[in-house]
Amino acid sequence: MTDAFRIATRRRAIHGWLLLSPALVMLSTFAFYPSVATLWASFFSRETRRRPSEFIGLNNYRFLFEDPTFWKVAGNNLLYAGVTIPISIALALVMALWANSKIPGKSFLRTAYFTPTVLPMIAAGNLWLFFYTPDIGVLDQLFGLVGLGSMNWLGRPETSLWAICIVTIWKESGFFMIFYLAALQTIPPELKEAADIEGASRWTYTRRIVLPLLMPTTLFILVNALINSVKLIDHLFILTKGGPSDSSKLILYYIWELSFAFFDSPMAAATTVLVLAVLGIVAALQFGLLDRRTHYQ
Amino acid sequence: MTRLMPRIEAALALLLALVWISPLLFALWAAFHATTDAVNFTLSAPLILDNFRTAWDGAPWLRYFLNTFLLVTLVLAGQFFLCTLAGFAFARIDFRGKGTVFTLILLQLFILPEVLIVKNYAIAASLGLVDTIAGIGVPYMASAFGIFLMRQAFKGVPMELDEAARVEGCSLLGVLWRVYVPAARPTYIAYALVSVATHWNNFLWPLIVTNTESARPLTVGLSIFGAPENGVDISVISAATVMVIAPLLVLFLVFQRQFVQAFLRAGIK
Repeated sequence: MTDAFRIATRRRAIHGWLLLSPALVMLSTFAFYPSVATLWASFFSRETRRRPSEFIGLNNYRFLFEDPTFWKVAGNNLLYAGVTIPISIALALVMALWANSKIPGKSFLRTAYFTPTVLPMIAAGNLWLFFYTPDIGVLDQLFGLVGLGSMNWLGRPETSLWAICIVTIWKESGFFMIFYLAALQTIPPELKEAADIEGASRWTYTRRIVLPLLMPTTLFILVNALINSVKLIDHLFILTKGGPSDSSKLILYYIWELSFAFFDSPMAAATTVLVLAVLGIVAALQFGLLDRRTHYQ
Repeated sequence: MTRLMPRIEAALALLLALVWISPLLFALWAAFHATTDAVNFTLSAPLILDNFRTAWDGAPWLRYFLNTFLLVTLVLAGQFFLCTLAGFAFARIDFRGKGTVFTLILLQLFILPEVLIVKNYAIAASLGLVDTIAGIGVPYMASAFGIFLMRQAFKGVPMELDEAARVEGCSLLGVLWRVYVPAARPTYIAYALVSVATHWNNFLWPLIVTNTESARPLTVGLSIFGAPENGVDISVISAATVMVIAPLLVLFLVFQRQFVQAFLRAGIK
């Protein structure tokens, strides 16, 4: 190789790293370093006035696993994910099929379905409060019309998490619809024509042609939905604050509470590490399953 | 049967759409009526603006609006700057270690800033950023999502344009600024809409990192205003909520197509 070539290579490397460095500095400060620091902090005991923090190995994790609240919260979050993800995705698909069909007024449909996406979760919490409040809320009044009694949706352990789930489904479906809409528009119209010539019903066409073609989109949405099942907790602050008796508490809210209400950062750190591990599995899922099909070039 | 089905479907689709916007409609209804009229659904009740007046006087909204505006502007400026440079490097410059760094950056898609609140607060504190607008915005600036988005956009720029500019004597940054940035305009618009919507609505991190009204954005202000301890009634909360979401909602309704396209572009690529 010539010197000129080597100089060019070196110059490219310098340019590349220089261009990357601002982003890398920021990412290191607010993503990579805090991840590692959180892991490290999870091995130390809580600092109290009497006793400084000391290395206690995996004990925080043991405390966490012995703590029924942790299991309660983890169970809640699993239920939250298990309920909101499939329902949001199914609704999103139906919405997209409708907004892409020949139904009159479909642009209104699309707008209506998508609107919750642009609203803050905090505002959504306030909007839904108007539905859930006992006696004067919209739901109670509707139930009153058909002779059912008053129901404290947010104040009862049996219903609080479900009330939270409904708000999340409402918020997410329209967002996911967009991705399905995009995918639907890439399906060549000839397929529909061919199906019509063959005499296939719309249902058969949807099930045998459309759904398989939407598979990559569904996987993409699934990954997003999994991440959101950790992230979407703002409405808890308005609607239930995780209560009553932890019945609607989700893991990120629990982390917030541990570190900013109870000031137990080692336990918060240990919980965070577990969440990061789960997100890591989701990442592996994404890179393993999705990347084989999609087109990052 | 074949005639009936499409109609039933259309009716269901419409019903779902109405259910979907009903929380918003009820909030609008409540905001413009006295509380008793609002909860009793007195259809003939007069429209009033008192709720807005009460809500407006109840909190420093102007400050909150200003803070949110500054926040989304700052985040967007930071993201454009950092993601343009990094996206360009990943799209058009070959150097050793590029692949590894790119994978590392994609990992950040899964390390949510929200999850790292414990340590990020400590970092913000040690940098003196607690209770500042910069403190709210700074963890989101180097967004892996944005880097990825810009890389994809820049890869779509024809090499001929790049080479032509270089022949004309443009420097590397000159090529980026004169050729790539203009060519990626639609992506910038899409990214801007998604980013503004996200950060206008963001709550948890701003809640943690602010503790006075001087930096608090709208979402945090609204949550404090609506807290049960303050004992405000449902009509006033609705008025405040409507106030907070109005700018973004109007923006969305006016630029609907662009918004939907933006989320599409941002998501699909």
